[in-house]
Amino acid sequence: MGGGTVLGMTRIDKNPEGGSAAVSVRGLVKHYGETKALDGVDLDVREGTVMGVLGPNGAGKTTLVRILSTLLAPDAGHATVAGYDAVRQPRQLRRVIGLTGQYASVDEKLPGWENLYMIGRLLDLPRKEARTRADELLERFSLTDAAKRPASTYSGGMRRRLDLAASMIGRPAVLFLDEPTTGLDPRTRNEVWDEVKRMVGEGVTVLLTTQYMEEAEQLASELTVVDRGQVIAGGAIEELKAKVGGRALRIRPADPLRLRPLADALDELGITGLATTTVDTDRGDVLVPILSDEQLTAVVGAVTARGITLSSITTELPSLDEVFLSLTGHRASAPQDAVPTDDRQEVAV
Amino acid sequence: MSTATATTAPALAADARIPLRGHLRHTGALIRRNLLWIRQDPESMFDALLMPIVFTLLFVYVFGGSIGQALGGGQDAYVQYVIPGMLAMMSMTMSQGVGTGFSQDFNSGVMDRFRSLPIGRGSVLFAKITVELGRMLFATTVLMIVSVLVGFEITNWPGLFATVGLSALFASSIMWVFLTLGVILKNAQSVQAMGFLVLFPLQFGSSIFAPTDSMPGWLQHFTDYNPLSTLADAARGLMVGGPVAHDLWVTIGWSVAITAVMAPVAIHKFRTKN
Ligand SMILES: Nc1ncnc2c1ncn2[C@@H]1O[C@H](COP(=O)(O)OP(=O)(O)O)[C@@H](O)[C@H]1O
Ligand SMILES: [Mg+2]
Repeated sequence: MGGGTVLGMTRIDKNPEGGSAAVSVRGLVKHYGETKALDGVDLDVREGTVMGVLGPNGAGKTTLVRILSTLLAPDAGHATVAGYDAVRQPRQLRRVIGLTGQYASVDEKLPGWENLYMIGRLLDLPRKEARTRADELLERFSLTDAAKRPASTYSGGMRRRLDLAASMIGRPAVLFLDEPTTGLDPRTRNEVWDEVKRMVGEGVTVLLTTQYMEEAEQLASELTVVDRGQVIAGGAIEELKAKVGGRALRIRPADPLRLRPLADALDELGITGLATTTVDTDRGDVLVPILSDEQLTAVVGAVTARGITLSSITTELPSLDEVFLSLTGHRASAPQDAVPTDDRQEVAV
Repeated sequence: MSTATATTAPALAADARIPLRGHLRHTGALIRRNLLWIRQDPESMFDALLMPIVFTLLFVYVFGGSIGQALGGGQDAYVQYVIPGMLAMMSMTMSQGVGTGFSQDFNSGVMDRFRSLPIGRGSVLFAKITVELGRMLFATTVLMIVSVLVGFEITNWPGLFATVGLSALFASSIMWVFLTLGVILKNAQSVQAMGFLVLFPLQFGSSIFAPTDSMPGWLQHFTDYNPLSTLADAARGLMVGGPVAHDLWVTIGWSVAITAVMAPVAIHKFRTKN
C-alpha cells in the first residue's frame, strides 16, 4: 500500500523519529444499509503517541473503535493493532489493548474493587496479582475510599475513572478511549484529562475519539478529522492549525447593545477568514477569523469608523471548531451533552 | 508499506488458544460476578424463595380438594401428584432469568468490555447458566421443605436426587434458548414477554397441575411429548413410584436435542452480535 497523503497527513514512513505504527487502518468500510458509518478510512497511529479522532456525532468514531477492538467486523479494508489483524487475529489483539467504550463499561452492581479484580482474573492474572493490581489502580485513580461501594453509587467522573482503571489492568500497549469525557461536567472532565495525560506519560499508545476540539487539543499530538465516515484531514495538531492559518479576534463592545451593529460593520468589511464570524450573545462578544495583520488593522479601522467603543479585543488561535468548519464547510453538529457550551450564533459569512 | 511490527505485543499473545484452565478461570471469575450481584441485591432471590412457597400453598389449598377427589383421594393425594409437577415447572420458570439478566448486560457497556477481553465466548454463557442452576437448586430446596410441611411423602430418596439432576439437565437446555433470546431481543421486557408466550402453553398443556386423561385426544398427544409433562411424570415416577422409562427418555431426548441445537446458536449469536 502506498503512502498517499490525505491533506498533508503525516505518514509514519516520513517520520524517522517516531516509532512504528501501533495502529494501522487501510480502506476501512462499514455500512449499515444506506448509512456509510465508515467509508474508506485510512489512519496510522505511531507507537507512544496520542491520536485524536475528531468528528461530530454520527461521524463513525464509535464504529472505528469497535472494529479496532474486535467488537465489530468491517465490510472491507483492514486494520492492525500492534501488528495483529483485527479480523484474523482477534484473540492476540485483545491481549494488547484496553478499551473504554463510549458507554460506561463497568459493572454497576459490583463494587469498584470487584470490577477490577474480575477483569484481572479474566486477563489471567494470578489471584494475588489481580488483588494487588486492583488495589494499585484504585489508589492511582483516587478511588480507594469508594472501593467497596457498588459502582452504581459513583458519580459520573468516578465511574469514568473506574472505567479507565479497568482498561489499564492488562497494561495494554494500545488504549482506545471512545469519547472519554462526553457527558461530564467541566471539572470532572479536567480530572479525566489529567488521568489520560498520566497514562500517556507511561508510554501507552492512545487512540481517542472526541467531539470536542478542546479535548483533542489537550490530549492528542496528532489528529484525524472524520466526517460522515471519511477522513477529511489529518496531521499534527499544530500543523493542521498552520494549514488552516490565521487567528481569530475576539471583540467585545463596551455597550452590549452595540453587539449587532458591530457584527454588521464587520460583515460589511467582508473579512471572511476561514470560518464564519460569530456573535456570542451570552459572552457579549464577536469572534472574527482573520488571516493577516492587514485584516487586523482593517477591523480596528472599521470599528473606529462606526464609533463603537470597545472594552476588549484579544487575538486567539483558531479553535479546532473553526478548523473543522473550514475543512468541512459546515459546523460540527452540536453535541447533545452540554460540555463546552458552544451556543454562538452564526451570522452571514 | 511495512508498518506493522509486533514490537509491542508480549510473547504471551503469540498463542491465541485458551487452555482449559483458562476457560475455567474465566468462568469462575464471571460466576463470582453473578454471585456478587445476588449479595448486592438479595431481593433478586425473592422469586426463588417465594415462588415455590406461594405456588405450593396455592395449588394444594385451592385446587387440592377438588382435583384430589378426581384422583380418588383428597388433598393428600393431590400433594403427591402436584409437587413433582411444581419441580418441573420451576425448572422452566427459573430458566427465564438467564435471558433477562443477559439482555440487561447487553444494554449496558459491560458486555463490550467482556467481548474485548481475550476470553472464550462460552465462558460468559457458562457462568450465567451455572449461577442460574444454583438459583434453581435453591428454589428446589425451598420447594422440598414446603412440600414436606404440607405432607408430601418421598418414598424413594435416591429418586429425589435423580429428579433434581433431570430437572437441572432440562433447565440448562432451556437456558440456551433464553440466552439466545437475551442476545437477539432488544430488552429484558421482550425476553420476558417472549418467555411467557412459550412457557404458558407448555405449562398448562401439560400434566404438571392435573392429570391429562380428561383432555381432548389431540391435546393428549401434545402433552405426551411436552417435555414439561414428561419431566413432571418422570419426577413422579422417580420420587413416589410408578413407570418412568418413557418419560425419562423423552425428557432426556428433549434436553439433549435442545442443547445440541441452541447452544451453538446462542454462542454464534453472542459472538457475532454487533
Ligand atoms: N448498529 C447500527 N445499525 C445501524 N446504524 C448504525 C449502527 N451503528 C452505527 N450506525 C450509524 O452509523 C453512523 C456512525 O455511527 P457511530 O460510529 O456511532 O458515530 P459516532 O461515534 O462518531 O457518533 C451513524 O449514522 C449511526 O447512526
Ligand atoms: Mg460514538
